[in-house]
Amino acid sequence: MKLARKDLLGIQDLSVEEINLVLDTADSFIDVSTREIKKVPTLRGVTVVNLFYEPSTRTRTSFEIAAKRLSADTINIATSTSSVVKGETFIDTARNLEAMNPDIIVLRHSAAGSPHMLSRAVRQSVINAGDGAHEHPTQALLDMMTMREKKKRLAGLRVAIVGDIAHSRVARSNIYGLTKMGATVSVGGPITMMPRFIERLGVEVHYKLEDAIRNADIIMMLRVQLERQDTNLFPTLREYARYYCLNRKNIGAAKDDVLIMHPGPMNRGVEISPEVADGPYSVILEQVTNGVAVRMALLYLLSGGKS
Amino acid sequence: MTTLLRGGRVIDPSQKIDDVMDVLIEGNRIAATGRNLVEDAKGRKKDPGLTVIDVRGKLVVPGLIDIHTHLREPGYEYKETVESGCEAAVAGGFTSIACMPNTNPVNDNRSVTEFILRQAQKAGLATVYPIAAVSRGSEGKALTEFGDLKEAGAAGFSDDGRPVMHAGLMKRALEYAHSLDLPVVAHCEDWQLSKGGLMNEGLVSTELGMPGIPTISEDIMVMRDILIAEYVGTSVHICHVSSAGAVRILRQARERGVRVTAETAPQYLLLTDEALKGFDTSCKVNPPLRSAEDVAAVRAGLRDGTIEVIASDHAPHSAIEKEVEFEYAASGMVGLETSLGLSWKLVEEGVLTPSELIARMTVNAARVLRIPKGTLKKGADADVTVIDPKKTWTVDVRAFRSKSRNSPFNGWKLPVKAVLTIVGGEIKYSEL
Repeated sequence: MKLARKDLLGIQDLSVEEINLVLDTADSFIDVSTREIKKVPTLRGVTVVNLFYEPSTRTRTSFEIAAKRLSADTINIATSTSSVVKGETFIDTARNLEAMNPDIIVLRHSAAGSPHMLSRAVRQSVINAGDGAHEHPTQALLDMMTMREKKKRLAGLRVAIVGDIAHSRVARSNIYGLTKMGATVSVGGPITMMPRFIERLGVEVHYKLEDAIRNADIIMMLRVQLERQDTNLFPTLREYARYYCLNRKNIGAAKDDVLIMHPGPMNRGVEISPEVADGPYSVILEQVTNGVAVRMALLYLLSGGKS
Repeated sequence: MTTLLRGGRVIDPSQKIDDVMDVLIEGNRIAATGRNLVEDAKGRKKDPGLTVIDVRGKLVVPGLIDIHTHLREPGYEYKETVESGCEAAVAGGFTSIACMPNTNPVNDNRSVTEFILRQAQKAGLATVYPIAAVSRGSEGKALTEFGDLKEAGAAGFSDDGRPVMHAGLMKRALEYAHSLDLPVVAHCEDWQLSKGGLMNEGLVSTELGMPGIPTISEDIMVMRDILIAEYVGTSVHICHVSSAGAVRILRQARERGVRVTAETAPQYLLLTDEALKGFDTSCKVNPPLRSAEDVAAVRAGLRDGTIEVIASDHAPHSAIEKEVEFEYAASGMVGLETSLGLSWKLVEEGVLTPSELIARMTVNAARVLRIPKGTLKKGADADVTVIDPKKTWTVDVRAFRSKSRNSPFNGWKLPVKAVLTIVGGEIKYSEL
């Protein structure tokens, strides 16, 4: 089995079968990371470029570890911004990279659509490691993997996503993925953080935290980007925390066996209280572990995956 | 020199003509429009200079006028020059074009206006009408010298691309321009609402995770400028209408007699924000491509005359501005060479009659600019465009005369083509 596509740009254009294939493959890679020798020769001779235009420790490290466990060669390019260095365009950069013949380019970029542009310009596979507020497909896949592992299914689950939906690529990718897989998604947060016509994506919309998480099997709390304080999306962090911080009390609205997820990094005390973040419902570190497996699966499947 | 365009279907909305007849050009003037001018001409004292051009089966219309272009000179000659822009114009059937002042330096003083006119004269193709800036540096603070600019040849005023956010300054501009009998053409956008936006705010921007530009950023400024014009009793021209709200506001204003005119452009008639789904930077334009409902409203407004002009908003950009991430890409698309063919799709779809379309690309535009063009009346400047209504062609950006290639219409099949462009009695473009 392999993914019959050149790139992984987003969840929106994946089929249910493709999502299942990635998750099943990721499951089978889990044990590689727990062996004594955490390396298999599967991708020997394959070059993976991690092209990161936006700072990221977690995602970049996860991709790098995933590639190394499969014996691929990895190159990390961290560049602060691409914003039009006079004379050289993003497409120029892409063509230069292409000329060096890597096999897979993993791109993180603050501008939505950059992986799509890259994929059109180069013949190599492109994996979207997060593009602006558009998509973060590997995050959604690792989230779905974790939910499936813990709840044994995705169809029929009630998943609440709470926070700045408008600016969240994690929210979008999860909405696309979970609704495809038959879960019910409810989004919660201040109305200023809800993008226009979000309900047309097939989600419930709530402005009160308790309503959003009612009877939820999973609660995914999104990070509040502190720099957005100045844009009047919410009056103050204090007020945000007062109404949207998940704590031991309001979590009672969800199911008793609810799982708490967070794509990280967390603001403890803003969107999530420390006792919840570090409490028994939290699967936040399992998400990170599964992230490596999902990325191994994708690197493998996109390289043409001989099993 | 005397030229006879023989046997074409003459469509001249300024005279309500739509009939098969001849057009006789003497020197730089239209000498006559009518039947059997061959015999008349032959009956005259022998004119050895008479050239007869057979245009049977073609449409003969007043030279097309584009009241909204960007020629990029001075300052951005790598994108376009006055000359390359004029080459694109005549190839697209345009004999007169107005160019916006957002050059570098900004066209906010006599020397830049004169420079543009000098370049246009040197090019010797289309007639160029420079629109000068409303405010110095288009910074929205202090008025430019409207009177001096008018004497230098400015045809109107606009801070196009940079809306006049200061309502008091806009009021003064409308008043002052009125006293000089020149139009103010307004790019309507409330920057407080559009700030950071990359595309129309709607379902597609939500799906793509891109910051949106709400239609109200346009509507509010259209309303504001209409109210100012109404209050001070002047006219105002609204650029590139793209939203249903703006059409509704315009229609209401006209019903109560406000002297407001408006233009739209082919992209707002043929494309929706769905086109952004591949993140193609050639679809990035300001105002942004809107929803299907907006497109329907703009079409209805164009049809009922609420919007009486089609402009191209020709905005050339090079690879440096366009082969970059969507967020960093410049806004704008070239249009001079595709405007006629694209607009003709509305004729094909039955939205406009040929005569209604030609009116929106000729005499109506001339009225907004208050220039004696857009007509084939006897004595008028001999600006004539001949259109082949059967010549379908495929847009190939590599074949553009414009220096820039930023068109989302590459590969589109267009139904008609300008095949002969005559400016001041001289053939400036021909593929006959």
